[in-house]
Amino acid sequence: MTEIFVIARLALQEAVRRRVLLVVAVLTLASAVLYFIGCLSLKHHVGGFLATQNIDPIVPATLLGLASFGTLFLGSVLSVFLTAGAVRGDADRGLVQPLVVRPVGRGAYLAGRALAALVISATYVLVVSIGATVMTRLFFAELPPAAWQAIPPLVLGVCVVTVVTLLVSCLLSTVATGISVLMAYGAGLVAGLLGEIGHTLGANTLSSIADGVSYALPFEAMYRDALNKLSPAGPLGQLVQLGPLGGARSGGIGLWIYSIGYMVACGALATWVFRKSDL
Amino acid sequence: MVQATGLTKAYKRSVALRGVDIEVAPGEVVGLLGPNGAGKSTLTKVLTGLVRPDGGTARVVGAPAGSITARTRVGYLAELFRFPGWASADEVLILHQRLVGRPVTGEGVAEREQLLAEVGLTHAADTRVETMSKGMQQRLGLAQALIGDPAVLLLDEPTSALDPAGRHTVREVLSRARDRGIGVLLNTHLLGEVELLADRVVLIDAGQVVTAGSVSDLTAGHGVTIETDDGTVERAGVTRDEVPGIVAELVASGREIYAVVPRRSTLEDLYLSLVGDRETQR
Repeated sequence: MTEIFVIARLALQEAVRRRVLLVVAVLTLASAVLYFIGCLSLKHHVGGFLATQNIDPIVPATLLGLASFGTLFLGSVLSVFLTAGAVRGDADRGLVQPLVVRPVGRGAYLAGRALAALVISATYVLVVSIGATVMTRLFFAELPPAAWQAIPPLVLGVCVVTVVTLLVSCLLSTVATGISVLMAYGAGLVAGLLGEIGHTLGANTLSSIADGVSYALPFEAMYRDALNKLSPAGPLGQLVQLGPLGGARSGGIGLWIYSIGYMVACGALATWVFRKSDL
Repeated sequence: MVQATGLTKAYKRSVALRGVDIEVAPGEVVGLLGPNGAGKSTLTKVLTGLVRPDGGTARVVGAPAGSITARTRVGYLAELFRFPGWASADEVLILHQRLVGRPVTGEGVAEREQLLAEVGLTHAADTRVETMSKGMQQRLGLAQALIGDPAVLLLDEPTSALDPAGRHTVREVLSRARDRGIGVLLNTHLLGEVELLADRVVLIDAGQVVTAGSVSDLTAGHGVTIETDDGTVERAGVTRDEVPGIVAELVASGREIYAVVPRRSTLEDLYLSLVGDRETQR
């Protein structure tokens, strides 16, 4: 176990010393300011209209949906940048070899790298999501009923992205890993949106494709689950669900079990690939 | 210390090792020579566990090469290595102390100071790796390899970026390591380094051992020069054992002998005669 923490500490030290965390903190603060201004503006300009229409929940739900999209996206980008070069990329640069010739199992090396990336990206998503929800509550009297429950799926979603990136990094170079994971991320979100359209229109093929993508890339299913928790009940909810941020669908406990199993399987596969690799 | 038998390894487009046998005894420095692409680095990597052999067996300090037990007692310096650029020399050593389970405070501090002094980097303990010259990084790499009291040092081109003073330092470090009973496998292109330092030489080419033996054995027996009252007599291709007979012959023929100088070849002669200029032939 000790070596896992030594490797994780090394990765965290690198993130600090390379000013990754500083840049993330500053830019997140800037985003928070923009979100604050957005909330303020919406409250003043739309509040009157909404009061007359009695559709209060849709504004905070849409705002939180937007925040969820942004948070998961930025958390995923952070995670991809932290792990894209973890194996093949760092091995190509000669950084891995001096470490794994020590009495450190290759599985422990991967676990250490995963731990560091998970701590950073999951903490990022958690903190930013809580911040967005609190800020939204400051401006709007009524949040979606399950607003706080939307946060855990987002955190697990970014964890899935991290583990997938680590697996791909065992096979591809840094740039190829980054590109492939981010393209898969985008494809997942598009598939989720198309699936929601298909579901609404009764187009089974689209729904099936979206469900298949959710199994292959469960971070997307977690995101849909989070959006579902932000969607107001009734016809207003359809507006949020069909918004530009992706589809919404309840995942339930089965999705959690599947996602955790998926991460364990990805970790095991990454370890197997890494152990077989010549460095 | 190191025992490898019949090692084979093929990559997708080339065969790197074709049944290599090699041994390194405690307190022995073995020079591993060969042209580029001969399989030297692959052999070293197999012994560290970085590369999995297709066949053969390799044991290091009695354990299978690459096992946790073996890696606990091995110090390794790769040909193409890099340490985190943001870390200082001291932090790199602390990292490796942690990885081998050594203390980083108290005696750990003393160990780091001693290692940095040994490789001539005392002044650079707080210098970040990314600001170091390649030579300084190579010295740091050697210090890193010596962490944890290794029984075996596997060094892949440890002096390639060093100036003559740096090479001298490395030779001294390795001599002291040998005196402490550490077995050293020194993979290098610098034949002069091997002649000065190695107890034995293994020459490989195209993944096979071409010749192996002590430096003196491999470079001896290529002739003798005898100064007589009638001029210099050169006899090429004779062995050391044949020299007394030649001298006796000359004395019997009435010559007076002033000097007998066995003519030794160099490792370079041996290398060129056995391997030639492979790079231009590939």
